[in-house]
Amino acid sequence: MYFAGIDVGSGRTKVVICNEKGDVTGKSMRKTHANFKKLVEETFEEAIAQNGIKREDIKYIISTGLGRYSVPFRDFQVTELTAGGFAAKNLFPETKCVLDIGAQSTRAYKVDEKGIVRHFKVNDKCAAGSGSFIVKAAKYLEIKLEDVGRLSLYSQDPVPISSICAVLAESEIINHITEGKKVEDIIRGIHDSLSDRAISLLKSVGIEEEITFIGGVAVQDGMVASLQEKLGKKINVPDDPEFTVAYGAALLAKRRFLKLSEAKV
Amino acid sequence: MAENALNDKVIVCGIDVGSTQTKGILLNSEKEIVEKVLIPTGANVQKAAENAFEELLKKTGLTRSDIKYTVGTGYGRYKVTFGNTQITEISCHAKGAHFVFPNTRTVIDMGGQDTKAIRVGEKGEVIDFSMNDKCAAGTGRFLAACADVADCSLDEIGPLSLKGEKPARLTSVCTVFVESEIMSYLAKGEKLENILAGVHRAIAARTVSLVRRVGVVPEVTFTGGVSKNIGMVRALEETLGLKLNVSPLSHFMGAIGAALFALERALGREV
Repeated sequence: MYFAGIDVGSGRTKVVICNEKGDVTGKSMRKTHANFKKLVEETFEEAIAQNGIKREDIKYIISTGLGRYSVPFRDFQVTELTAGGFAAKNLFPETKCVLDIGAQSTRAYKVDEKGIVRHFKVNDKCAAGSGSFIVKAAKYLEIKLEDVGRLSLYSQDPVPISSICAVLAESEIINHITEGKKVEDIIRGIHDSLSDRAISLLKSVGIEEEITFIGGVAVQDGMVASLQEKLGKKINVPDDPEFTVAYGAALLAKRRFLKLSEAKV
Repeated sequence: MAENALNDKVIVCGIDVGSTQTKGILLNSEKEIVEKVLIPTGANVQKAAENAFEELLKKTGLTRSDIKYTVGTGYGRYKVTFGNTQITEISCHAKGAHFVFPNTRTVIDMGGQDTKAIRVGEKGEVIDFSMNDKCAAGTGRFLAACADVADCSLDEIGPLSLKGEKPARLTSVCTVFVESEIMSYLAKGEKLENILAGVHRAIAARTVSLVRRVGVVPEVTFTGGVSKNIGMVRALEETLGLKLNVSPLSHFMGAIGAALFALERALGREV
């Protein structure tokens, strides 16, 4: 018996397969593109093929994320907050707050002892503070996105970035480059600016320990370091934090399937 | 330009160093435009100001000593090191707009990286203003990004948007998100003109809310580089419910205002 969580995000689409114990047995990730049907099908097939699982072995599928309604073969759908909160609580049982920074949105929410979302704030109106700010910045700095998170850790003298808008930041970043500022210091400045925005979002829901940080931006070590320094406390980051929401959806799929089967008996 | 315009003893200069383009104007004591230039600002702001000035001199055959007074304006005004003084672009746009359209009471200035709404008095003085320089929505940068995604030139998107009969609905005016939204609309087979009509409409709504903060008092004059976009002119007119003053000089309004200030300083009186 296997269960699937499919997280169709604005930047990446992630699939996680788990077994009845909740262990991950397959996962895959692709860049989200406009042809949702093909995208979801391919990402799903890739994940199940990893352990030779057959499609009929997947007993229940829950989709989540921005494109959750674009998964025609889903059994159910939940919001990315429901999935993320459930997974965070499962991975770090002391979690009270979750911060999820994705490609286009930043979400801060509180969960209760069962991992149910109680209070949340989302910024999805503009790219400020989201992963796409970093994507743009990497482009302006002419460095690979994979290198951003690591480079930031080498910063000795962070350069403050005052632009909130990801587009207007371009000229500011270019000015810093022409002034001879180091790439790592500019990146750390960007991480610090994203941290400030994330923390003010967290504050608006109320900061309570422990905080679990998930989403694509959480893979960046420099971002984690910046958040911990500004918060003055350690935060939980799961392995592969970009898969956490999909994992939560898979766990919820398992729970829901077992509940429904019980009800039938 | 008229040859006799050059024979004037008092020639003054206004240099408007914008985030994207630098504009230069030479004016004589009759308030006639002797010469104008427009160059990209680029990374070296000081150089852009210098180049615009040099270009004006070259075009007219004048020397530096022939220019009695120079006023720098725009975001890079403090880099106009050869200038006699600096004045904010808000004052300069108000003065320039009042000069070209004397009944101007409201100015909408949409530039490369910011948007301003200015309430103007009877003499072209600034009464109130509000500004957006925190977000790229509605600026030239926004439109350039849209043109890029739509795979057409910046000059094409305005006229194309006018052909859109069913404007597409946008969920966000964030420049970054609008790129992906345009792409997904295109992928769904939506007509480009409808998408662009939606884009212009969304930006007009946002800009008008900025203008309402200072009050919409006719006549309204549209200045800045974005005023060259006919789609934006029409979208703003539709949202405001009134006609806008737009002239081929709208792009130079800040530089014209700066040159008028320069003339007042040179002559020691109001002009």
